[in-house]
Amino acid sequence: MGNPVNSADPFSKIWNFFTSVKLTIVLLLSLAVTSIFGTLIPQNEDPQAYIEAFGEVLFQLFNLLDLFDMYRSWWFQLLIVLLTVNIIVCSIDRISASRRILFVRKPSFKLPRFRNLKHRREFTDGRSPQQLKDAYQDFIARRFRHSQVDTTDNGFVIFGEKGRWTRFGVYTVHLSVVLLLIGGLIGSKFGFDGFVNIAEGESASQIRLRNKPQMVQLPFSVRCDDFNVSFYETGAPKEFRSTLSILEQGRPVLKKDIIVNDPLRYKGISFYQSSYGNLTPDELVLSFTSTNTSKVYKNNAKMNQPLQLPEQLGTFELKNFLQSAQFRGHNIGQAFIGILTPPGADPIQITLPLRFPSFDKMRKGNLVIAVVESVPRFYTGLQVAKDPGVWVVYCGFILMIIGCYITFFMSHQQICLEVVAAGQKSRVIVAGTANKNKIGMESNVDRTAEKLAQMK
Amino acid sequence: MNGSFVLSIVTFIYGLAGFLYICAWIFRKQLLGQVATWVALIGLIGNTTGILMRWVESYQLGIGHAPFSNLYESLTFFAWVIVLIYLIIERKIGNRIIGAFTTPIACLVLAYASLKPGIPSTIQPLIPALKSNWLIAHVITCFIGYAAFALAFGISAMYLIKKGREEEPMLWVTIVKFAVLFTFAALFSRVLFVNNWGLALLVAIPICLVFYAIVFLVYKLPAETKTSLLDHFPDVRVLDELGYQLILLGFLFLTVGIITGAVWANSAWGRYWGWDPKETWSLITWFVYATLLHARLTRGWHGRRIAYLSMVGFAAVIFTYFGVNLLPGLHSYGSF
Repeated sequence: MGNPVNSADPFSKIWNFFTSVKLTIVLLLSLAVTSIFGTLIPQNEDPQAYIEAFGEVLFQLFNLLDLFDMYRSWWFQLLIVLLTVNIIVCSIDRISASRRILFVRKPSFKLPRFRNLKHRREFTDGRSPQQLKDAYQDFIARRFRHSQVDTTDNGFVIFGEKGRWTRFGVYTVHLSVVLLLIGGLIGSKFGFDGFVNIAEGESASQIRLRNKPQMVQLPFSVRCDDFNVSFYETGAPKEFRSTLSILEQGRPVLKKDIIVNDPLRYKGISFYQSSYGNLTPDELVLSFTSTNTSKVYKNNAKMNQPLQLPEQLGTFELKNFLQSAQFRGHNIGQAFIGILTPPGADPIQITLPLRFPSFDKMRKGNLVIAVVESVPRFYTGLQVAKDPGVWVVYCGFILMIIGCYITFFMSHQQICLEVVAAGQKSRVIVAGTANKNKIGMESNVDRTAEKLAQMK
Repeated sequence: MNGSFVLSIVTFIYGLAGFLYICAWIFRKQLLGQVATWVALIGLIGNTTGILMRWVESYQLGIGHAPFSNLYESLTFFAWVIVLIYLIIERKIGNRIIGAFTTPIACLVLAYASLKPGIPSTIQPLIPALKSNWLIAHVITCFIGYAAFALAFGISAMYLIKKGREEEPMLWVTIVKFAVLFTFAALFSRVLFVNNWGLALLVAIPICLVFYAIVFLVYKLPAETKTSLLDHFPDVRVLDELGYQLILLGFLFLTVGIITGAVWANSAWGRYWGWDPKETWSLITWFVYATLLHARLTRGWHGRRIAYLSMVGFAAVIFTYFGVNLLPGLHSYGSF
């Protein structure tokens, strides 16, 4: 289209293939249709889960088609690359084909073109063309970037033009799509996306990647000083908050509280609050109530350290901590499991749920054990990401919004006022064209004519 | 008297406005149309009040947040934008028949929000992921986009009605049309009303029957009644252009909506795009409308084909909005 090269030449054949908007439509619809599969089949799950869901045969077939990780599959990426090439080639082709419209300093106007327009407005003004000329010229010059006055046989013509640059709007959108893909490519080549769980008080410098079984070593380490979770009265979570410190050679250099939507960024790496979990509390206070003497003894306890009990009641040792203990088929929440060994008797397993302090009374033994104090310990789950391409993507976003606005709602407009002497009076004809929104331009012409007719 | 109560009254006001618009159209009474416009305007004010009241109430409950945080609130805002854009169009074009096709949509949206079990109208506190300034920008832009597409859908339907039947449709076209209608009816009853596919297929049968009954009745109408009903429709050229302008508006806002969502996702999860089903479906919608724009701008598609594409696009919008709740993903807070 643009360059009249011999069409047998393979380069121009390929070029011509990519200049077709039919290809664009086919590619856009293919992307739309194929994208649906990835929303119906959960992506990147355990192969075993897929075999259970689909059976062996379908699993093999889907696996062959990369449907379990389809947005990263070669054929989906190929569609995206084809669309990108298509966009670039089409844009270049169209820019070079319409360079005579796009790159001109002084626009040229052709009167016959406006005379042939179907939509036009005409009215008669009592003054002569000469009397109208200055006012009309001023009127057009104020509203259009370029204006030009030509004299005709028995009157004059004023042309006005504006918005030639808006023809670049669509190429801005195309450029923005290319930027998004470049940004995405930079991100996947030079960035990573992983996660790490850090217990309160501990630090980490190795990140497990999300999509491959691999670790990344950070050039510094990050410590979780504190984690807090708060809830609404309804039980819904209100806030997850981790206090993080960045350590360079063991020395803290930066400290920040992060919550969901407010990450910590350091040296191009961002830490996002993603999840959390409970750890076994390592310090707790137990109470031992002897039913014989009604005396209460309080003792500090640690896991796997046997406690000698008073009144010759034996020894007690904490063995385990469960996140959700079961009692007669009911979930009783977090609980410690301990072993009580009375002197000369068999050891008894004792459940100490944190939520029900008097739970052990039900055992009806000569000793009631309860957890009086336990400091909850958490680990924070952090998503760790580095994406040097994100600024390219953001530039693409901004260009896309601006480009869409220009392309959709602004146009390249030309207007023509022809004034012809009719005796002492003047006959005024208004006509105009635009490259987009023809109906809008017609009402624009109507409004201009009305204003001119009312001008005194 | 709380915001949700005001919004349920607004449902009836929109219903009344729709009824008046339809009467004005059928009985060709100018006065009825003017009353309808005023009723719709009162409904819009009530809708605004209801949304603002919920905003204030959330602060009184001590969990203050903008009223765009769950399905109920997004639906009430959706209805608000539909009526607002419609009233602007009415003012610009000066044709009230479009109101007969659009205010009932707003009424149905609000009725669905109030009546569908499992859509809580209570004000809930924000979960951590939603506590972001991007929430307002993301929801508002997305729903302006969706509302513009909804109106474009209504106008495409008007276009097809005004344009009338194609000359001698071929048998396979008729069969394909029926199959598409049935599939969509089943899909949307599954997505919107019923909880299993068997029932959805069953519900689709009466929907199709009603549709064909209407088409048949219209076909059997005496020619002069038909012309008198249709000749106050805007000109096909105007409908075509108006539908297209709405799609442009919708596409711009959908783009901004996806972008604000991406920026938000990047600040919450550290990635701007993750192929989560809702993200993917919004992109599918974007692809469909992008196809429409390219077909129209560079291949000169007009009229019927654009009207059908606009309807397919709106189907994708509804699926992005509701259907994704059937699929696994991160956007669970907009679900029911």
